[in-house]
Amino acid sequence: MKPAPFVRHVPRTLDEALKILTDVAGEDGRVLAGGQSLVPIMAFRLAKPAHLVDINEVEGLDKIADDGKTLTIGARVRHAAFHQPVTANPLGALLSYVARHIAHYPIRMRGTFCGSLAHADPSSEWCLTSATLGAVMVAKSVKGTRDIKAAEFFDGIMSTNLKEDELLAEMRLPLLPADAKFGFYEFSRRAGDFAMAASLVTYRLDGGKIVDARVGLGGAEASPRRIPEAEAELNGKAPSDAAFRAAGEAASAAIEPLEDHQTDAAYRRDLVKVVVRRALEHSLT
Amino acid sequence: MSAHTKGSGGDGMKWVGRSIRRVEDPALLRGRGRFTGDLPATHWVRFVRSPNAAGKIKSISAPDGAVVITAADIKGVKKITPMLHKFEYRPVGQPILADGEVRFVGEAVVAVVAATEEEAEDIADLVEIDIEDAEALVDSRVAIAAGARQIHAEAPGNVILKGEVKSPGFDAVWASAAKIVKIDARSNRQNATPMEPRAAHAAYDAASGRVTLHCTTQMPHLMRTAIADCLGMPESDLRVIAPDVGGGFGQKMSLCTEYVLVTWLARHLKSSVGWTEDRRENLIASFHSRDQYVTLEGAFDKDAKLLALRADVLSNVGAYSCFPTTSGVEPLMAMAEMPGPYDFQHYQCLARGALTNTCTMAAYRGVSRPVITFTLERLMDKAAKAFAIDPVDIRRKNLITTFPYKSAMGLEYDEASYRETMEMAVEAINLPAFRARQQLARERGEYLGIGFATFSERTGYGSPAFAARGMAITPGWETVHVTVDPSGYVEARIGSSPHGQGLRTTLAQIIADEIGVPPDMIKIVHGDTETAPYGWGTFASRSLVISGGATLIASRKIRAKLLKIAEHMLEAAETDIVLADGKAKVAGTDREVSIAAMAREAYTQTHRFKGEIEPGLSESGTYDPPGTFSNACHVAIVRLDPETGHVKLERYLVAEDAGRIINPMIADGQVHGGVVQGIGNALLEEIIYDESGAILTANLADYMPPTAHEVPPIELHHMETPSTQSVTKAKGLGEGGTIGPPAAIVNAINDAMAPFDVEIDTIPATPQRIRALLRNAERAP
Ligand SMILES: Cc1cc2nc3c(=O)[nH]c(=O)nc-3n(C[C@H](O)[C@H](O)[C@H](O)COP(=O)(O)OP(=O)(O)OC[C@H]3O[C@@H](n4cnc5c(N)ncnc54)[C@H](O)[C@@H]3O)c2cc1C
Repeated sequence: MKPAPFVRHVPRTLDEALKILTDVAGEDGRVLAGGQSLVPIMAFRLAKPAHLVDINEVEGLDKIADDGKTLTIGARVRHAAFHQPVTANPLGALLSYVARHIAHYPIRMRGTFCGSLAHADPSSEWCLTSATLGAVMVAKSVKGTRDIKAAEFFDGIMSTNLKEDELLAEMRLPLLPADAKFGFYEFSRRAGDFAMAASLVTYRLDGGKIVDARVGLGGAEASPRRIPEAEAELNGKAPSDAAFRAAGEAASAAIEPLEDHQTDAAYRRDLVKVVVRRALEHSLT
Repeated sequence: MSAHTKGSGGDGMKWVGRSIRRVEDPALLRGRGRFTGDLPATHWVRFVRSPNAAGKIKSISAPDGAVVITAADIKGVKKITPMLHKFEYRPVGQPILADGEVRFVGEAVVAVVAATEEEAEDIADLVEIDIEDAEALVDSRVAIAAGARQIHAEAPGNVILKGEVKSPGFDAVWASAAKIVKIDARSNRQNATPMEPRAAHAAYDAASGRVTLHCTTQMPHLMRTAIADCLGMPESDLRVIAPDVGGGFGQKMSLCTEYVLVTWLARHLKSSVGWTEDRRENLIASFHSRDQYVTLEGAFDKDAKLLALRADVLSNVGAYSCFPTTSGVEPLMAMAEMPGPYDFQHYQCLARGALTNTCTMAAYRGVSRPVITFTLERLMDKAAKAFAIDPVDIRRKNLITTFPYKSAMGLEYDEASYRETMEMAVEAINLPAFRARQQLARERGEYLGIGFATFSERTGYGSPAFAARGMAITPGWETVHVTVDPSGYVEARIGSSPHGQGLRTTLAQIIADEIGVPPDMIKIVHGDTETAPYGWGTFASRSLVISGGATLIASRKIRAKLLKIAEHMLEAAETDIVLADGKAKVAGTDREVSIAAMAREAYTQTHRFKGEIEPGLSESGTYDPPGTFSNACHVAIVRLDPETGHVKLERYLVAEDAGRIINPMIADGQVHGGVVQGIGNALLEEIIYDESGAILTANLADYMPPTAHEVPPIELHHMETPSTQSVTKAKGLGEGGTIGPPAAIVNAINDAMAPFDVEIDTIPATPQRIRALLRNAERAP
């Protein structure tokens, strides 16, 4: 469990970082952010990057900005930054609630929001959040800047559309309407483990009826995504046990379940049914 | 720590029975512990392990210039071939490096030697082993099926041993039963997961030609004997030191091939060589345990009284046999102790060990008893259901209440409190209040359950008990040398080798009461073959009973000698002398002499003894007891989430009896740690192989020990039935904590699932398994 040899680069500016990243891209050069996923993978020698571009000293990447329409989160912002709401908009409370479900405290002190997105674990809470809320990823390289929508960003298990020479410099989340409701629920066997299924929901009530429902699902398929079949069960209906159950059933039927040694397809579908319904129930509390 | 000296100021208070703080802790808590992996070495080893479960090695290639060792380089090194002289045991040998053939994923094939661990791993990455794949036999039932490929030439049918017993008259009693209740239980595979993985460091001394091996082990003396045997060297040329050991739990009582190779390398290179395994290696290639199928049937009369038990135990022992216990350690323990705490006299058992292409099985805290207690206690709950009586009532009818008691296996149970500890637990948990709460919860669609586990545990047994297994290596006794030095301080050298249990503290308490000096004047020396007497180490809940017994025997001799010296120095009759608080006093007078002065006299003024007293103040004690039975009742209350299959432990209670308790705080710590491992056993921990024999749980995200979040507060209640089979009256308690949880927790889960009319008899009872049962029940008409 000793990593293969590598060279660590510690740029101070974004330009410098992008330059080095371009230089080393051909030799499996990788960005090192919080290291909470990359370092274990290197220790197991599942990844043997010859170069690491450590972005922890890069100026300007540690910003969280709320411009009244979007929340921008820089590449150095740690999970722990969200322990307290970062904005008075309901998004602040949402992120703060979700953050507490990521790993354990020490890991949240190091791991980064953008690192989670770049790593693209199917169970990542931030990937689920980004997919549900329609985040925009801002990828930078020496060639320029690309804005990538969440729905196009994730590309299967631990895979994204980021190019080898691109840094995910920041990501943007649209603020929620002031009257937005949200709910979140995840299931894992031990506290702090990756979720075996997780759901994030948001909606508004208009005349007592659900509108703009977003039902996001993580940990159940190769990439987190919104489940339109579940949303259809909600829009136009008053929040009720029956509607929430129907949404859960719809999501459970709609997925292509991931399977592993502790979760076969039938069990994953069971969990999806439950996490979607419980996320909806949480939205009422 | 002031508590050490407090109380020695003449108030006559005993040290035994007090929760003094552990002398071990200050160094460990301040990061001043000394572990094998801390030692610097000139060379480091990395093992290249088999990626295949079975097959012939066709070729091995390594980068040019690399120092690599294969089986071909160590032809003179003997295989590890443990032996039993009973039970149709087939001796199979384990080569130190795979020799022509691999038998499990993780088996060491090549040792790479380099200047650093990192470099060794880099080179290991480039070593290629070409293996001609053979069919992997992973499951024990498949391995012993007719026509299965034979894994070792010596073991036809892949059965390494077979034990059978049947009490006379069994069939007639069986035929007379009103009801037969049956369980097919499955216990999946576990790893003991000590915090410190295995590590070895061997250094060659050019001047003497001797090697000093530091290694993380529970039994340094036997490691020396066994490694010297393998290497064909005099034992006196090998010194084995177990420095601080970061947990062992049985995994570190077996000889591993890696320690033999590291020692060989130090002699071969005439240098120092280090090896520390990583967590992945520990999970795939150290030792596993608990992989068993047990079918158990109970024959009951019409009043739910157990008449007879019939068991079929199939233990998956992995690819090789472990040394010294042999792979009989699980199946034979199961056969001997299956009858548990219940009163019946007819028993039939077939216990087999199956060789498979999996990591070798060895002892893990509790050894088989977590599995047999799980099976027997599930059987009792099933019987209660069959007779429509409460699980507590069926135990009331069947627990042994008169002692000594001879079990159907002929084991003699000493005085214990099976029934009393259960009643204590039933009262403490407030069973009627729980049943009311459970009922209310069910009406709200919430599912609570309660489960009981009562068990007895043979502890502190000496060589006669082990001899019943016919072991070529029959452990059992312990020796302790106690010396009062000329400064009046005490040193005890013990053959046992603790690895976190606090034995340095508890043995000091025993000595303190006997000799009359406070524990902080007593040092316990262990874990070094050069300074400690030959002994068997720490395992089988034995050290406090056996090493503690030897300590008491030696201390009594010191006491007797001190009284003689006092008689001389105080010119009083021995019967008038009181030894306490660091001095000898003549009762009713102010004449006294300190132990320090007596000790000084014993070395430096022996001419005054006129030949009546031997010089020096050093005595030795050896103890080899028959064994004594501890007992406990564990109770779990769980909350089941039927939609996810998740089980939350709400409450965990233990009422236990381990005879006289030397240090209550340390005893509690042992129970706590054991229960936590038992919770892992019941709910979480499972080594999973796929059909090709690859391990799917090779890291601590996939192999899941409980974290603090999964462990509820553990409530302890104690009873003390002093043992008549142990000179200190103490019984062993190191393993008990791990034995109860699978039974108590899974009984509780089944109680919670009762409304769904499904039962789970598999450990760990994972949410996926529970959900599968409930899903099928939902589908049922
Ligand atoms: C025990 C444990 C439990 C965990 N549990 C959870 C959990 O429950 N939920 C969860 O979501 N996560 C969990 N994690 C992972 C953790 O959240 C990581 O912090 C996160 O996945 C990655 O962020 P990082 O900053 O540590 O990235 P790193 O580990 O530094 O990098 C991860 C990958 O992303 C790339 N990368 C990182 N930043 C960028 C960037 N700005 N641009 C381009 N590429 C980049 C790296 O090159 C690497 O390939 C857990 C980790 C551990 C060790």
